[in-house]
Amino acid sequence: MSSPAPSPSVENEPGGRAGSAALSIRGLAKRFGEKIAVDGVSLEVPQGSFYGLVGPNGAGKTTTLSMATGLLRPDFGQVLVHGVDVWGRPLEAKKLMGILPDGVRLFDRLTGEQLVTYAGLLRGMDRETVAERTGDLLRALDLANDAGTLVVDYSAGMTKKIALASALIHAPRLLVLDEPFESVDPVSAANIRDILAGYVESGGSVIVSSHVMDLVQRMCDHVAVIAAGTVLAAGTIDEVRGDATLEDRFVELVGGRNTSEGLSWLRTS
Amino acid sequence: MVADLLKLKLLLLRNSLKRSTAQLVGVILGGLYGLGVLGTIVVGLVFLGAADPEFIRTVLVLGGSAVVLGWIVIPIAATGIDMTLDPARFVTFAIPQRQLLTGLVLGGLVGIPGVVTLVAALAQVFTWIRYPAAAVTALVCGLVAVLLCVVASRLVTTAVSSMTGSRRFKDINGIVAFIPLIFLGPIIGGVTAGFQNSPGFAATLADVLAWTPLGALWAAPADVAAGNAGIAALRFLIGLGTLGLFLLLWSRSLSHALVTPPYNAVAKRAGGNLGWLGRFPPTPAGAVAARALTYWLRDPRYSASLAVIPFIAVLLFFSGGGGGALAYLGPITAFLLAWSISADISYDNTAFSLHLSTGVSGRDDRLGRALALLVFAVPTTLVFTVGPLLMMGRLEDLPVMLGLGIGLLLAGTGLSSLVSARYTYNVPLPGESAFKTPPGTNFLMFAVQFIGWIVMLLLALPEIALTIAYFVTGDALFGWLSLLVGVVLGAVLLVVGIRTGGRWYDRRAPELLLAVSANR
Repeated sequence: MSSPAPSPSVENEPGGRAGSAALSIRGLAKRFGEKIAVDGVSLEVPQGSFYGLVGPNGAGKTTTLSMATGLLRPDFGQVLVHGVDVWGRPLEAKKLMGILPDGVRLFDRLTGEQLVTYAGLLRGMDRETVAERTGDLLRALDLANDAGTLVVDYSAGMTKKIALASALIHAPRLLVLDEPFESVDPVSAANIRDILAGYVESGGSVIVSSHVMDLVQRMCDHVAVIAAGTVLAAGTIDEVRGDATLEDRFVELVGGRNTSEGLSWLRTS
Repeated sequence: MVADLLKLKLLLLRNSLKRSTAQLVGVILGGLYGLGVLGTIVVGLVFLGAADPEFIRTVLVLGGSAVVLGWIVIPIAATGIDMTLDPARFVTFAIPQRQLLTGLVLGGLVGIPGVVTLVAALAQVFTWIRYPAAAVTALVCGLVAVLLCVVASRLVTTAVSSMTGSRRFKDINGIVAFIPLIFLGPIIGGVTAGFQNSPGFAATLADVLAWTPLGALWAAPADVAAGNAGIAALRFLIGLGTLGLFLLLWSRSLSHALVTPPYNAVAKRAGGNLGWLGRFPPTPAGAVAARALTYWLRDPRYSASLAVIPFIAVLLFFSGGGGGALAYLGPITAFLLAWSISADISYDNTAFSLHLSTGVSGRDDRLGRALALLVFAVPTTLVFTVGPLLMMGRLEDLPVMLGLGIGLLLAGTGLSSLVSARYTYNVPLPGESAFKTPPGTNFLMFAVQFIGWIVMLLLALPEIALTIAYFVTGDALFGWLSLLVGVVLGAVLLVVGIRTGGRWYDRRAPELLLAVSANR
């Protein structure tokens, strides 16, 4: 039920980069018409952590991450990325972040290679670095053979991977990934996990949202459970799950399992 | 089952209206417009009854043929025109073919075009009210003709949609559809000339059409009125036979479509070709320009608006009494091109989030989009200004026309940079036909467009005034002044537009993204 309070050292250092939190979300709230999508979410993503954000459909994960990355203006609250206020100094904050949003289109009339290059050039990187990193990313994500194919002709999984490559090109200090493994094949997913694990090991921080509890339990060191726009639990994986598996703990927190007989007519025998 | 399909169609219509009030207002306005057109048609058809039968026949055959042709051609042009009852969506349900066919035909009648056609076909009865036998024939033939319209349109839709599995086909089709439009000018010109040259031309045309499936059903009542029951029966059979044939073909292609899911054949292609991204300067603004230019050529929604330009040239050539209007081709093209990027962010749809997440500054975003346009719009304006004047031997008018064209282009591009940072509207989504307009929201779009055009003309007022002064006095000084003012004032307004638009963008970019994500 609690989220770790922001450490005073960060509070006292506006704009400082020395703070321990890669991403600090404080009291975010957003209302769409009648519906309160996010209702006071506070999270602290420590530097060098692999942070999982789990919750049922419609819990407000995407809305929270959109607000945290400067894509959606919050009604209340503050977001700091390495101490930089995302909504106060957006251009500076966005330099530190790599963002993979969920449910948005891509400039899909570009080829995969062009799209990643475009993302790099938009970041103001020089041509040589962009070309080198684009090649590396396409090879690492197993897209080299389709580099010249238009993104509109990619499969769902390939589209996800090319969007991830666009988010990685500028070597950000924080990665915000919304459902990065959705419809990605198991081999590619394992490759991506390796890339992310190496990235975290080198000091980068990742926050991912996912539905797959098993994946989060294996991959992440921190987790936050979010439902109906509020944080139900947050901390290290072991703190949150206790003795149970993350999935059991999640169901316990969120509720909603149907234990009655139900759909008896569906049984064929 | 048939009733269920009809109910589904009505439910879809109702739910689509519930999504927003603006859309509802738009649909009501559209409905009123349709009602006005319908009223005019019905009143016209009733009054037509007072004319002599030969004239009635000519009008009905020509009008009726045009309607049938419209039902056939429009779905080709707009592959997305009304796919609410797309057969592909019924693949997983076990619906008997016969009921599916009936349901789809009746569903096709629900909607403004269907209702207008049906009522107009019924109103024919009143045209022939003085000849009772003809009136009865008109009733029967009219209903068969309406069925023919719907079935023909559905046949075309099914045939096209089985081809549109491939994206490339869809893209090309969006542009190919413009070719008949381009020839529309000469065709209209030819037909008009035909009418002017011989008074019997319309009657002759009607005579020919009356023996084709397009006009046969509309001509039969006239034959009955004239006492030629045999010929009327023959024409009725032509219509009925065509309907039967179309039904058979449609049912065949439908059963084929139901078991053949769309498959998009794509060849794998290795990278190495950065296209424009490798040629523009490697800065954020350069990248935006390269991307936008790629889209001008590769996205059918953009290239369709390029395809319109030759259409304008042809239209001006045929309309301007000896080609005098053609002299204004450059300025008119400049005007339209300048406005064409005013909905740029709406066209990006949520892909725009990449600009937001990479932290592109408003100035770079605006500058890049304006640059991509100017890269080809400036040469086009120059060629379209010099070309016609050269052709007409009026090169002395070059300075004034260049001033007007360049002034409009630069000032208009500045204005568009401003407008697209502030207003978004529902436009065809990426990958959709350029013709498909989401229903209802047209009202705001037209309001913004109308006011935008007026403002653009106001911004070019000095050049316009100098052009008028030039043509009134014939003093070459005004021509050179127009060129000077056009270039200098245009450049200043372009810079102001990009700067101000950039500031608005910096302030409102997340709101822009939110606004475009509502359109999906």
